[in-house]
Amino acid sequence: MPKLSYLKALNRALGDEMDRDESVFVLGEDMNFALTNVTAGFLDRFGPDRVVEVPLTEQGFTNFATGAAMAGRRPVVEFQIPFLLLLVFEQITNQANKFLLMSGGQRSVPVTYLMPAAGWRAGWGAQHSDQPYSLFAHMGVKTVLPATPTDAYGLLTTAIRDDDPVVFFGPLAALPVREDVDYADLGPIPLGKGRVHRAGTDVTVVALGHLVHEALAVAEELADEASIEVWDPRSVYPFDWAGLAESVARTGRLVVFDDSNRACGMGAEVLATAAEEMRLTAPPKRVTRPDGAIVGAVPELDVALQPDRAQLAEAIRAVLKSPGW
Amino acid sequence: MPDSLALYRMIRYIRRFEERSLDLVRAGEIVSGMHACIGQEAVSAGACATLEPDDIVLSSHRGHGHLLAKGCDPKRVLAEMAGKVTGIDKGRGGSFHPSDFTAGVYNATGTVGHGAGIAAGIAWAAKRAGEPTVVLSFFGDGAVTQGALLEGFNLAGLWQLPVVYICENNRYATTLPVDTAVSGTITGRGEAFGIPSSSVDGQDAETVYAAVSEAVDRARSGGGPSLLEMRTYRYHGHHTFELKTRLKYREQSEIDEWKARDPLDIQAARVPEADRLRVDAEIEAELDEVVRFALESPRPDPADAMDHMYADGFRPRAGVSL
Ligand SMILES: Cc1ncc(C[n+]2csc(CCOP(=O)(O)OP(=O)(O)O)c2C)c(N)n1
Ligand SMILES: [Mg+2]
Repeated sequence: MPKLSYLKALNRALGDEMDRDESVFVLGEDMNFALTNVTAGFLDRFGPDRVVEVPLTEQGFTNFATGAAMAGRRPVVEFQIPFLLLLVFEQITNQANKFLLMSGGQRSVPVTYLMPAAGWRAGWGAQHSDQPYSLFAHMGVKTVLPATPTDAYGLLTTAIRDDDPVVFFGPLAALPVREDVDYADLGPIPLGKGRVHRAGTDVTVVALGHLVHEALAVAEELADEASIEVWDPRSVYPFDWAGLAESVARTGRLVVFDDSNRACGMGAEVLATAAEEMRLTAPPKRVTRPDGAIVGAVPELDVALQPDRAQLAEAIRAVLKSPGW
Repeated sequence: MPDSLALYRMIRYIRRFEERSLDLVRAGEIVSGMHACIGQEAVSAGACATLEPDDIVLSSHRGHGHLLAKGCDPKRVLAEMAGKVTGIDKGRGGSFHPSDFTAGVYNATGTVGHGAGIAAGIAWAAKRAGEPTVVLSFFGDGAVTQGALLEGFNLAGLWQLPVVYICENNRYATTLPVDTAVSGTITGRGEAFGIPSSSVDGQDAETVYAAVSEAVDRARSGGGPSLLEMRTYRYHGHHTFELKTRLKYREQSEIDEWKARDPLDIQAARVPEADRLRVDAEIEAELDEVVRFALESPRPDPADAMDHMYADGFRPRAGVSL
């Protein structure tokens, strides 16, 4: 079976959708040289009318995409660095995402915002290492964070076909992941549908994005101590609350492993919802970046601010040891 | 040249529509209050008279004139302002964020200046589809200090898109006089991007019509975007909150000077009195109906508050889980 990398999965999903639907086009910076590799080969394949190189004008081209979408196109807007999503946070959350409601349901804005390298970049410094997916979930923008090439293919496909704005986060640390796949098995994956990566009975670890792979490694390391379920929501908004509830019903215990800042991050939301609505037999824990973390430019310091395997192992042991409420 | 009487009719219609709307604001029927365009009607009337039905308008917060001149159903516009389900956006857009795709009004973003990029995107899509559509994008003088507006100009100029940018320079952004806000000129902003730009007397609907026609023809024939600065003035406050606050940022003498060039009077002088009186009476009768329709229409059901949030009908979780 062929090996599929994460970036190749994005390339394939976007190319397949552009083949399938003439209204899909992609725009971004350095498109003519496919700098991120997501659009490798596209300029020859689809031409400059559908592979649109734009100047450094993020607010301008994000609004432009809103307009093109109102006029019946399905733009995919590529961003090179996570902070650019902060620069256009208003254009996405306040304009594109509110338009269907403001127009009384007359017209939706089917734009996909593709961030194919989110999170920490060693040495790139504070302004290049954000992981802002929780912000979009907070604002009610459909947001996906696939961990594997297959899920990346499926969720990018769905994001493009979805009639609402969708932000796609590809975690940088997941880009090296490769998977043996049969191309025929690739297909759309619904939004708001989680996935059990490893079944278990003692504790549910909700792992997001690249941390899925770290969680799987920890579950393996601790296999003699406990049966750990690794559950991946895949979409952070909408979130598969029913899927999480099923997992928690099996295990009764919960740890969240989330690369967001602690306050108001997805980890906080998962714990709050589980506490309100699910039957937890012991207090849950989350492993996150610190409150308001600013990841700098020195790897030793940066790593100290990011959720890691050792913290997860400790949190799992603590939750398992807890005598209950 | 357009029909002088038709232009008069539209100016008069917008004027009276807004005066009646102001009464409804005072009566508490339009809870948002409103940004009246009274004094600026010649811009809406003259500019939209140049358009074909399939052309597209992007409006602004001061947009009732744009909507009426582009052909939205006045009953449904007023119902929208009054928050009724019969409104053009089922009451979800209100006076500030209206759109009406049946009339080609695509958006009125509340983020001042950001319509310029949206207009470029719509125009790009139309151009690529080989459609002859032209997009008119309206904004105020306050927008010209927004970076996103200039980013929109850049894309429109770069790709020679069929957009006509219309800046209604009414000399103030809320309380801020244009001279204390804008370095350089408004038209200079267009020229910097290679966009043909000119400054036009916005009080004279026929002058507006001539200037916009030329720009629309250029856009439609592949000649790219234009920027037109319309020199105009609003006779009322920025928003009806000024009925209470009485901010004094303009001299009465300045207001009087501009009232001496009232767009309604300028156009009235061009039509026979008998026609004018007939049209005025028709408008009053029509507006009685418009107001009746808006007031008698039902308000939305709070149970429907989450309708139209997502295209696939996805329902967000409620704010409490019991
Ligand atoms: C980006 C942005 N900044 C500030 C505001 C608040 N605001 C709404 S209207 C307005 C004044 C706009 O002035 P202008 O563009 O000249 O239009 P006018 O009201 O004169 O028609 C301001 C400051 C806003 N809506 N958007
Ligand atoms: Mg102004």
